[in-house]
Order: sequence, then C-alpha cells, then structure tokens
Amino acid sequence: MIRVLAVLFLAFLTAPALAVEPGEALGDPTEEARARALMAEIRCLVCQAESVEASPAPFAAEVRALVREQVAAGRSDGEIKRFLTDRYGEEILYRPPLSERTWVLWLGPFIILILGGAIVAIVLARARGDVPADELSQDEETRLAEALKKPGETRNGRA
Amino acid sequence: MIAEFGHFALVLAFCLALVQVGAPLFGLARTQPRINELAAPAALTQFLCVALAFAALTISFAVSDFSVSLVANNSHTDKPLIYKISGVWGNHEGSMLLWVLILSGFGAAVAYGARRLPEALKVRTLVVMGAVGAVFLAFVLFTSNPFLRLDPAPFQGAGLNPILQDPALALHPPLLYVGYVGLSVAFAFAVAALWLGEVDAAWARFVRPWILVSWSALTIGIALGSWWAYYELGWGGWWFWDPVENASLMPWLIATALLHSAIVTERREGLKAWTVLLAMAAFAFSLLGTFLVRSGVLTSVHAFANDPARGVFILAILAVTVGGSFALFAWRAPLLKSGAVFAPVSREAALLWNNLFLTVATATVLIGTLYPLVLEALTGELISVGPPYFNTTVLPLAVPLLLAVPFGPLLAWKRGDLLAASRNLITVTGMTIAVMVIAYTFMGAHEGFAFLGIGLGAWLFMGAVKDLYERLQLARIPLAKSVKRALGLPRAAYGTALAHAGLGLLVVGVASAGSLRADRVEALAPGQSLAIAGYEVRLETTGSYEGPNYWSVYGDFSVLTAGRVIDRVRAERRSYPTEAQGTSEVGLHASLWGDLYVVLGEQQADGVSWAVTAAIHPFVRWIWFGAGLMTLGGLLSLSDGRFRVGAPRRARKKPGGAAASEGPA
Repeated sequence: MIRVLAVLFLAFLTAPALAVEPGEALGDPTEEARARALMAEIRCLVCQAESVEASPAPFAAEVRALVREQVAAGRSDGEIKRFLTDRYGEEILYRPPLSERTWVLWLGPFIILILGGAIVAIVLARARGDVPADELSQDEETRLAEALKKPGETRNGRA
Repeated sequence: MIAEFGHFALVLAFCLALVQVGAPLFGLARTQPRINELAAPAALTQFLCVALAFAALTISFAVSDFSVSLVANNSHTDKPLIYKISGVWGNHEGSMLLWVLILSGFGAAVAYGARRLPEALKVRTLVVMGAVGAVFLAFVLFTSNPFLRLDPAPFQGAGLNPILQDPALALHPPLLYVGYVGLSVAFAFAVAALWLGEVDAAWARFVRPWILVSWSALTIGIALGSWWAYYELGWGGWWFWDPVENASLMPWLIATALLHSAIVTERREGLKAWTVLLAMAAFAFSLLGTFLVRSGVLTSVHAFANDPARGVFILAILAVTVGGSFALFAWRAPLLKSGAVFAPVSREAALLWNNLFLTVATATVLIGTLYPLVLEALTGELISVGPPYFNTTVLPLAVPLLLAVPFGPLLAWKRGDLLAASRNLITVTGMTIAVMVIAYTFMGAHEGFAFLGIGLGAWLFMGAVKDLYERLQLARIPLAKSVKRALGLPRAAYGTALAHAGLGLLVVGVASAGSLRADRVEALAPGQSLAIAGYEVRLETTGSYEGPNYWSVYGDFSVLTAGRVIDRVRAERRSYPTEAQGTSEVGLHASLWGDLYVVLGEQQADGVSWAVTAAIHPFVRWIWFGAGLMTLGGLLSLSDGRFRVGAPRRARKKPGGAAASEGPA
C-alpha cells in the first residue's frame, strides 16, 4: 500500500532530481564536454539562479537537448548562443556580452581596482612621510625643541 | 493569549529602545550623566522583552497554534519538533524577530559585558544600538508582525518547505544573523567614535571582539549554507553566485577587510578613518543583504513593486544609515588623525593590500548582483549575471590577495624586509612546488584552474605553518624554549595561523571540486552497476517507507573498488504531501580525497530500472573543513585574554605611538 501511494505521489510531484537523464549525453566525449561547458553558461529561465546544466526543470531539459543537437551538428559556441538569444532573449546568457549597456558591469571592477590602487599609493606615500608636512605650529616647535633637549627620554620602550 | 503577550512584549521592547536612545541624548544635551545611566538597563530590559516575544512565538509554533497566521502558514502538526522550532525563523516575520532578538542581546552584552568600556563611548554606542533596535522593532511591528491572528483558525497548517527541513539549514539563518548583527555593533562603535571624534587603540580593542564574533559566525553560517546546498539540492553544487548568497558574501568580505584593518588601528593606531569607514560599510552591506533577501526585489523588480511596504521600509533604513553615516564620516573623520608612519613594505602595507583586494572584490560582487536589477529598472531590459561573470572577475582578484597572505605575518610593523621575508618563505615555496608537481603527475596541466588552486592552497597552508614555526623559533632555539614560547604566544597568533591554514584548504577544495567534477548517468535495474573514477556503484535493491511527514522511495547501493564492497549508501527521493514538494536525499561515500555522490532519479519506462547519477567531487570536503578551521581561528582569537581584559591602557602613552612589535597579524 505504502509503495503504491509513494509511487503515486512521486508521479505528480516535482522532485529535484537529476539534471541529466540516461541516454541524454552525446557519444563523443569532447563534444559532450563542449556541450556541458555551454550549458553551464545558459540560464534556466523558469528557475531561480540555476543553469540549465543543473536544473531538473523540463525547460532546462529542452534547452539541453537543443544545445546537444547543435553541438552534434557542428555549430560553433557563438552560433549556438546567438540561436538561443534570438529565441529567448539576452537574459538566457549568464555571461552577458560586452555592449554599450554592459560596459559598466565589465569594466567597473577594473576601474575600481585602479582607483583603489591609486588611493593605496597615496596612503602609502603619506604614511611614509613623503608628503611634505606644513610648517610646524608654535606649539609643535616648542615640543620639538623640548624633545631635542632630552633625547631618548620620551622615546624609551621602543620596539 | 500567548501571541498577544508576545505582541505586547514587542511593543514594550520598542518603547524601551526609544528610552535607550532618548534618555542619553537628553542626558548628554543637559550634561546630566545620571540620565545616561538609563541606557544600560533599557538595553537589558529591551532584550528581555524581545526574548519573551520570541519565546511566545516559539511556543505558538511548538504547540501548533494555527490561530496565529504565521504558524498556520509555515507549520504543520506532523513536523518533527526541531523543525517546528526552526520554522520560527524559516519565514520572513519570524526571521526578522530573530534579527531583533540577537540585536537586543548584543545591546545588553555591550551594556553589561564590556565593563571597562569608557562611559562616554559606551553611552554613545548604546544610543546608536538603541536607534538600530527601534528602527527594526518598528519594521517588525508595522510591516511584519509575526503575531497576527487568523479567524477562523484552520485545522491544519500549510507546512514548511521540505528542503528547509534540515539540521544545517535550521542553524544557517541564526548564524548569519549573528554575523550581520555583530556588524551592527561594530557600526555602533564606529558612529560613537565619530561622535566623540576620537579613535584610539583602545577603541579598536573594544570593537575587535565584535568583529571576530560576527566574522566567525558569517564564515560558518555561509559554509553551512553551502554544505546544505551540496547535499540537498541533488546535483552537488555548493556555490551558485546566487544574489542571496552574494548578499551574505559581501558582508563577509568587508568584515574580513575590517578584521584586518582593525589590527592596524589596534596595534599601530593607523588607518583609523579607514577602519571606521569599513565598520560602517560592513553594516551597510548587511542591510543591503537584508533588503535584497527580504524585499522580494530579487524575484523580480515587479514582485517588489506589487508589495513595496517592506522593501521601501528597509530601503529607507539603508538610505538613512548609508547617507547619515557617510555624512557623519565626512564631517568628523578629519578629526581622526592617524599618526602611524610606515614604509611601503611593512605589515601595515600588507594589510592595506589585503584591504584593497577585498574591497574591490566586494564592489565587484555588488556590481554583478545589482546590475541586472538596475538595468531592468532603468531600461526594462533583462540580462542575467551569473557564475561565469563572477568567476572571471572575482577569482582573478583573489590571486594577488592569496599570494600575499604568507608574507603578511612575516613582515615587521613599520618597516618590513621583503627580501628577508622571501628568504623565510623559500621552504614554503619549495613545498608548494612539490605539491604542484604531485598534482601535475596526477592530473596533468590541462586542468589549469585546479592546478593553480592546489598550488595556491598549498602556499597558504604552508605559509601559515611557517608563520607559527617562525614565532616559536623551532629548530633555532632549544625545544624547551620553543615550548615555552608556544605557551606564551597569544591565542590570537594561533587564531591567525589556523584561519590562514583553513583558507588554504578551502582554496584547494574550491579549485578542485569546481573544475575536476565528473559524473555519469545510467539507467540501472537492481543488480546492475555503473563505473566511475575507479568506483563501481551497484544498485542492490529499491524500496519505500513512510517517514513522519513524507513518503520515501529509496535505492540501496553498494560501492565497490576492485570488486570489493567498501561502503553501502542509500539515495532517497522523498515526497512531502502537505507541501506538495519533493526532496532528494543523496547517498554519499565520503573520503578525504573526494566524495562519491549518488542520486536516485526517475523510474524508467520499463518499470524495473531507475535513472542513477554517480558523481565524483574531488576534495569537496576541504571547502567546509577549511571554513571550519577559519571559524575556529576566529574563535581562538576571540578567546585571547587581551580582549577579555580589554583595558584602555592609557599608561602606554608615547609620542611615537610605537607599540610592542610582538603580536598577531
């Protein structure tokens, strides 16, 4: 009884199961590897944050079949991606191509790295004491003079 | 009645939070210190009230009081007790209540735990914490009340998403919240310091335990989430660069940067303004994470627009926090003069290098996470930014950072000697090359990513060992003296080495499991087997049973190598009738070198065979083992006596501010 019920439940519940079904893989291992690499960059549009390679959804299975078919037919990666974006829109690619809409996305990190590097360089220069200090204030002059009078006394315990 | 009691306690807590803010503000304005003293008891009673409210909600869940709307929507009488309780924070309202509980707990800890905290700093910190508490209590009370009643009460509850019914995921949210909220304490300290216009080594020493608590909790919390994804989602993925994950990664990256810059502030009174800025940014990223996860903006911009109350509230908190704290920073930061002088090659500079790459990595994750949302909001165009983007941008940023790690602890404060440090690392370099040669003989260079990752990991691990070796001066001085040194070494030094070693293991795991994964899918009938990476996986029997709240169909497998059975694993498919959902329980044959991961799929059309996936995930455990070591390192540092004493050592007043050179990195 339990068994029958369980099988019944399984029949119409969607369980996260296998992304790949037996017999789905291509015979040629290099072709299969290329297809898998492509699938990892294609988003399953009906899922949340999953590639079609990983998703158990029927949509993903369809796209996997499409990709394998085209890889087997000898289409290039670019051609297959174009085919998919024509059909489903840019959204399907996990790696958006560089364009006038995505340049901030792709170049942003480098710009920030350069800016950050410049700031670090300035901080380092300042910390080194390279940046000329302003004239000493009256108070500082007297403290300096005092310190010079008694060398070593105020600076003991230095590491 | 219990729910109303909880609701009432929550309202009371809100009022007490207002007292915690208002009384000291009044006291400070009128210079009446007696009024300031109200802040501490207000913080404690606020915590007690929130704890009562939380207890009330927990009881409602435990006894399945379905007249409480939240319980009805998220629980079920058949659920095991532990998941009834973890169901308290398995939903929006309850998790926000947990947030507030931890926040008020930390507030009480600051009020009564940190005895040596100077009164002026303490009062101001409590005011800021009270303000954060009041705002979040208002958020819970006005937009996410967990105590709303349902009339008539349903006979049964809707259950909890079955993939969330898991021990790792029961702990994951509380740990992350400890991390986020711990950063709010650092934030409160930072604002208080700006308010006073004074940051010194003592300040850094007071704030450091909170950074450590929150960093450790975030580390283990994120690791648990990733471990859960690995065994529960059914295909062995452990990191997806999913916006929700990024929302927790960004605070972690910033907290890591903060942890390191606070060392410079503590030991050398340097980078003061920067440390304060990072402390504020860390909390801003926690808030941003809360906004992303809690507002629904991630599902789609439209889902957010349809029910904007919560999202707008958090966005307002975020805007006020970021705008207010940065304005305060711009106004007061010039007061924080860092006197520290150091050379471009020094430990300070190494820590600055660490901060540069960590903050740029955070910014990159931020850009990648928000870009599609912003683009859609501005132009309506849809793009997806996924793992390929983050892997090509963030991972290259990690390389210079990781390469530098072993140098840091070997460089002296103020002026380091790169040549001497390099000479010190010759053995480490040699061992790293040896490891890479071994890796090369096993897998060749065509797996470039794994190969580099294993090398980097070895470099980090050996570098950490070398750090301790140098500190103990092993083999250079008599062993007895080394042992004496070992006993005298501050725990924070061990913490550093442990965390860096753990990072090395994590890097090996990430690089290997990420790129050396292999799998095989076949239809198997009982008695048949498939072969993968030297293993034979044989399906022995299939069967089914009834669990407390689910049905299970399972396959029992034998794992064989060279014809001998070395392990038996069970892979299950569970279906939860209440929630009309299924889960997959994978069969794992675990070893240090990699996991064999067996998943039971659909029954095939012939009625006897089942789709079976077997996958190899090399070194995958090292990810979580490494993260565990990092967490232990954090906790070890936390237990360092210097933080418990935590005295502002005014006696150490010196014009140069030169601290003792021995110390942790």
